[in-house]
Amino acid sequence: MKPDAIATALRYGLLSTLAALVLLPFLGIVLASLHPAGGQVPGFSLPERWSWENFRLAWETGGFDRLMWSGTVIAVFVVPLTVCFATLAGYALSILGVWGGRALSLAFVLGLTLPVELLVIALYFNLREVGMTNTYTGVILAEVALFLPFGVYWMQSHFASMPRELVEAARVDGARDLTVLARVLLPVSWPAITTLAVLVFMWSWNQFLLVLVMIQDPALRTAPTGLGLFVGQYGTDIPLLSAATLLVIAPIVVVYLVFQRSFVNGLTQGAVKG
Amino acid sequence: MAGSALLRRGREETRRRPGGRGRGGRSRWRAWLYLLPALVVYLGFAVYSGLNTLLFSFLHWDGFQTPAWAGPDNYARVLTDPLLSGAILNALVLIVFFSLIPIAVGLLLTGLLLGRVRRGMTFYRTVFFLPQVLPLVAVGTTWRWLYADDGMINQALEAVGAGFLTRAWLGDHDLALFALGLIGTWCMSGLCMVLFLSGAQRIDPSLNEAAAIDGAGPVRRFMNVTLPGLRREIGIAAVITTIAALAGFDLVFVTTNGGPAGQTNVPALLVYRLAFNEGSIGAASALAVVLTLLVIVLVGAIRLLTREER
Repeated sequence: MKPDAIATALRYGLLSTLAALVLLPFLGIVLASLHPAGGQVPGFSLPERWSWENFRLAWETGGFDRLMWSGTVIAVFVVPLTVCFATLAGYALSILGVWGGRALSLAFVLGLTLPVELLVIALYFNLREVGMTNTYTGVILAEVALFLPFGVYWMQSHFASMPRELVEAARVDGARDLTVLARVLLPVSWPAITTLAVLVFMWSWNQFLLVLVMIQDPALRTAPTGLGLFVGQYGTDIPLLSAATLLVIAPIVVVYLVFQRSFVNGLTQGAVKG
Repeated sequence: MAGSALLRRGREETRRRPGGRGRGGRSRWRAWLYLLPALVVYLGFAVYSGLNTLLFSFLHWDGFQTPAWAGPDNYARVLTDPLLSGAILNALVLIVFFSLIPIAVGLLLTGLLLGRVRRGMTFYRTVFFLPQVLPLVAVGTTWRWLYADDGMINQALEAVGAGFLTRAWLGDHDLALFALGLIGTWCMSGLCMVLFLSGAQRIDPSLNEAAAIDGAGPVRRFMNVTLPGLRREIGIAAVITTIAALAGFDLVFVTTNGGPAGQTNVPALLVYRLAFNEGSIGAASALAVVLTLLVIVLVGAIRLLTREER
C-alpha cells in the first residue's frame, strides 16, 4: 500500500472508533432491554431468552400511552405557535423595520442566555395564582416563550439574508405587507422554517425541568418527565428501565433520521450566524 | 432598472404628499402588529417571570404565607452556605468536562481529518451528532447502567486487565463528579467536531497552499491557518457547552441526584430542591439569579475572547 492509502485507512479507523464509542452505549441498552425483566444484566451480553415483552411491560407500567399523548399534544401546539410568531416577528424586525427594532432584537437575543431555572420559579408561582399549573395551556405558552428567542433570531437572520430586490419588486407592484410575506418570502423560506420546526419539536419533546415543575398530575406529564420518575421506582430493574429509555428516545430518533440535515444545519449555522 | 426607477418615484410622491403620514410611517406602525404575538408571549412568560424571580430573591417566602422582605440575606447565603457555593464550584468543574475537553477533542480530530475524508462523512456526522438530539434524561438512564457495578464500563475495565479499578462510579465519593462530567464529554464532543469540521471547510484553501509553499508543516499549518480560521466556531462551541455545564439539570437529576453526600450537587438541582421541596423560595431565586449572572458573564467573556478582528 502507498503511504497515502495507509493514512486514509488510519483516518477511517479513527472515525469508526469514535462512531463506535457513540453507538456502543445504545447497543448496550438495546441488549439490556431484551434480558428478562427484573433480572440482572451482566454488562454487555446477549440475553439467553429474547424478552421482547419488556417493551409492552415498560409501556404499561410507565403509563406511556398517557405520556406519549401529552408530549404530542404539547408539541402539536408549541411548534406551530413558535414558528408562526417567530416568522411574523422576524419579518417585522428584518424587512418592515419598527421603531426600536434594534433594541427589540437585542432583547430577544438576550433571552438565549436566560437559563430555565431562572424562569421556572416565578412561572410556577405566577401560574398557580391563576390556576394554570397542571394545564397544557400553561406549559405550552411557557415553552413558546422559552423557544421564541432562538426562533425570532433565526427567522430574522433568514429574512435579512434574502435579496432586498425580491421584496422591493413586490412592493412596487403594490403588494401589501402580508401579501409580500405570504406570496414572496414564504415560498422561498421553507427550508429555514422546516429547520426551525424540527428544532422546536425536539426541544419541546425533550423538555424536562419545566414540565416536571409545572405539571404534578402524572397523567399530564410528558415522556422524558415520566422516564425521570420511572427511574426512581424501577431504577434497579435494568431491562425494564432500558426498554422505557428506548421508548422515550424512539420518536426523536426517527424525526432526527428523517430530518438529519435540518438538525445539523440548524444547530451549527443557527449558532454561527450570531 | 425600471423597478428601481419606479421605486424612486414612489418615494418622492410619498414625500410630497402634503402633511401626509407617508406609506413608510403607516407601515412602520403596522409592523408592530406582526411583532405583537411574539412580544406578548415573550414578555408575559419569560421576561416577567425572570423579573419576578429577581424580586423573590429579596424575600423570605415559603410559597404560602405572606412573604417578608429579606434584603441581601439570600445572596449572603448563596455565597457563604457551603452547600450552595459548593454547587456553584461543582458547576465550574463541569465546564472542564462539558466544554474544554470536547473542544480539545474536536480540534484534534479536525486537525487529523481535515479535508481528507469525504466519503461517508454524512454517516459519521449523523452518528456524532446523535447525542445532541436525545433527551438528556434518557442519556442519563443509559449511563446509570453503563457506570453500574455490573455495567459496561467495569466490564470493559476487566476485559483489559484493569479489574482493580472497577467500582460503582456514580456512587464513588471522589470520582462521581468526574464520572458525571465524562457523560457531558460524551455528549458534547460530537457537536464540537461537527462544528469545527464544517467551519474548517469554509477556510480558503489557498491560505493552506500558500503556507505549504512557504514550507510550513502540517502542525504549523494547523496552528497558523486552521486554528485562527475556526475562532468563531470555537467561540460558539464554548458558549453552547458552557451553558450546558452551568445550567444542566436533567442529567444530574436522573444519574446521581446530587449524591453521594452532595458531591455532585449543581445549582440547577438545588434551585429545584429549595423552591419545590423545601419551600425556600428566596434562596432558590437568589441561586438562580447568581447562576444567570454567571452564565451571562462567562458567555460575554467567551465572546470577547473569540471576537474576530474586523
